[in-house]
Amino acid sequence: MAKFAALVLTLLSAPLVLAAAEPAASDSAGSAPVRWEEWHAGNAVADTASLQRGARNFMDYCIGCHSLKYMRYQRMADDLKIPTSVLNAKLVAAGSTNLDYIVPAMPAADAANWFGKTAPDLSLIARSRSVDYIYRFLKTFYSDPGRSTRSNNLAYPSTAMPAVLSELEGVKAAVFRDAKSPSGGTATTEKVFDHFESIVPGTVTPEQFDGFVRDTVNFLDYVGEPVQVERRSMGTWVVLFLLLLSALAWMLKKEYWKDVH
Amino acid sequence: MAHQAAGKHGYPAAARVGLWGWINQRLPIDAFLRSQVVEYYAPKNFNIWYFFGSLALLALVMQLVTGIFLTMFYKVGAATSFDSVEFIMREVPYGWLIRYLHSAGASAFFLVVYLHMYRGMLYGSYKAPRELLWLLGMFIYLALVAEGFLGYVLPWGNMSFWAATVIVNLFGTIPGIGPGLVEWIRGDYGIADATLNRFFSLHVVAVPLVLLLLVALHLVALHEVGSNNPDGIEIKEKKDAKGRPLDGIPFHPYYTVKDIVGVCVFLTLLAIVVFFVPTFGDLFLEKANFEPANPLSTPDPISPSWYFTPYYAILRAVPDQRIGALLMLIAVLSFSFLPWLDRSPVKSMRYRGWISKTFLGLFTISFLVLMYLGMRPAQEPYVTMARIFAVPYFASFWLMPFYSRIDAVEPVPERVTFHG
Repeated sequence: MAKFAALVLTLLSAPLVLAAAEPAASDSAGSAPVRWEEWHAGNAVADTASLQRGARNFMDYCIGCHSLKYMRYQRMADDLKIPTSVLNAKLVAAGSTNLDYIVPAMPAADAANWFGKTAPDLSLIARSRSVDYIYRFLKTFYSDPGRSTRSNNLAYPSTAMPAVLSELEGVKAAVFRDAKSPSGGTATTEKVFDHFESIVPGTVTPEQFDGFVRDTVNFLDYVGEPVQVERRSMGTWVVLFLLLLSALAWMLKKEYWKDVH
Repeated sequence: MAHQAAGKHGYPAAARVGLWGWINQRLPIDAFLRSQVVEYYAPKNFNIWYFFGSLALLALVMQLVTGIFLTMFYKVGAATSFDSVEFIMREVPYGWLIRYLHSAGASAFFLVVYLHMYRGMLYGSYKAPRELLWLLGMFIYLALVAEGFLGYVLPWGNMSFWAATVIVNLFGTIPGIGPGLVEWIRGDYGIADATLNRFFSLHVVAVPLVLLLLVALHLVALHEVGSNNPDGIEIKEKKDAKGRPLDGIPFHPYYTVKDIVGVCVFLTLLAIVVFFVPTFGDLFLEKANFEPANPLSTPDPISPSWYFTPYYAILRAVPDQRIGALLMLIAVLSFSFLPWLDRSPVKSMRYRGWISKTFLGLFTISFLVLMYLGMRPAQEPYVTMARIFAVPYFASFWLMPFYSRIDAVEPVPERVTFHG
């Protein structure tokens, strides 16, 4: 009976079942595997303080390689309520002014030579992938000594990007386990991610790092469509006006049609 | 006020003095409006299905106006198109609003046109004497399909590029001239800058001109034969002593004030989309189109806009691409033959038997299911399902000469009725 139940569950979800059926085999003593595929960014793009922190994070950790080529510094400062003095002192990259688009100082040709490819522009990454994707990507780096970057990623396997946030987060290893392939009847096994283990602790707590990533994702969400907060607030008034107009039009129609039948 | 005496039909005659009189003696504006709007009699039993004609006209005007403003900032070219669209979205004041109105407007246009066509199928509006009216409408639909496809390529996102690749390659399945024709359409060996430039020209000049001409002809034909109605009764057959249809009312003011209600509700729904869900969950603006065109990276799956996916599902359901393309073409054109496929003695579905109603139901379900399947990847079970649902789709058209003739009908009332 237990075997039958396990079979049914395997069809539904292989990782879940293995953790349940063989709890002793797992190092983490029975805890469920980490389901990073289901993580959500849960960011709030109307949260200006979070966006300001996200902008700071981007200028500290991302601008070295990544551009936001459709975004001007000053537009960002205006939307995020950052004073121009702070903008110029803390955020504008060397060689740029507050009226310039946000582009890295690193020449693209050098980047291509050093990393194998130019780091992609991130202006629209939140729209072309999704905020959840960026969140999962930034939180699933793990140590992989065999690679030139000495790191790898679960959301984007074999990414050319090094684990640039490991100073904050620390270095973690990914623990995999063998699992029967859920597809087909042939008894193939594959490596399935189970959980992370800390190798080197970071300079911030996991909770602080999570907030750091969330703010950064939030900022990229804003950059994907800077007008979105204004769009929604304007929309409320437009829809209210149109509803009122619809009601008036309906009453006018009723008046004209009262004698028809 | 003596010159304001009532003219014929009791409507005040146009002033024959002053500037307006001077103009009207040379250009009959008043007379035209009187004959086409004030004294144009429409059946008084129109229901909700009859809003979509005027809404389609509104959508057309909206696309033209927003398109004119977009063209002021859009820079056609493989190196500039994508950037210029983002420039419109970010740096042109209210550019984002104009762009979303245009992109959501395209979907809204297709939605109201599909509902408008479905109304025709529901009430037999294509039957004599309205065959040419229906056919002109079908030409409008085909022009709209071309316009929608051409416009979809212009932002030069990755889905633009690959949709253009797939669709243009369909012309390559034409025997003999196919490969040469594809090259001629593209102006290059692949979808490239030359293709983008000519698509822009066709999208903003050629096809809109054709659309406007066809819409004008559609309206002329409509006003010649008069509107059908949910009962499928010819209101011109019962007239009063003055020659006015007993079941008709003047289009203005009755249907102008009624259509304003439809316009307001339509704009409310459109505003909800534009201001709160402009991408409409990947249906109106796809994720892959926020990446620039990239010939080296194919989006997975490649799917056209939702309004083309029923036909796309049929195309992919056939292993042989040539037959698939042919079936897709037949699927699009099938609507055009309805006036001659339908042998029922009555127009409206209200007075038809269960066979016709069943086939209309099958058509409705298969069209919607195929629409969904066309958005899914080209793999099982979607391909097999598309094969299954293509059968009722085609059967509802091409078996019509048989089932519409043998189907029992109910007696049609003498005068129009009001319900539903």
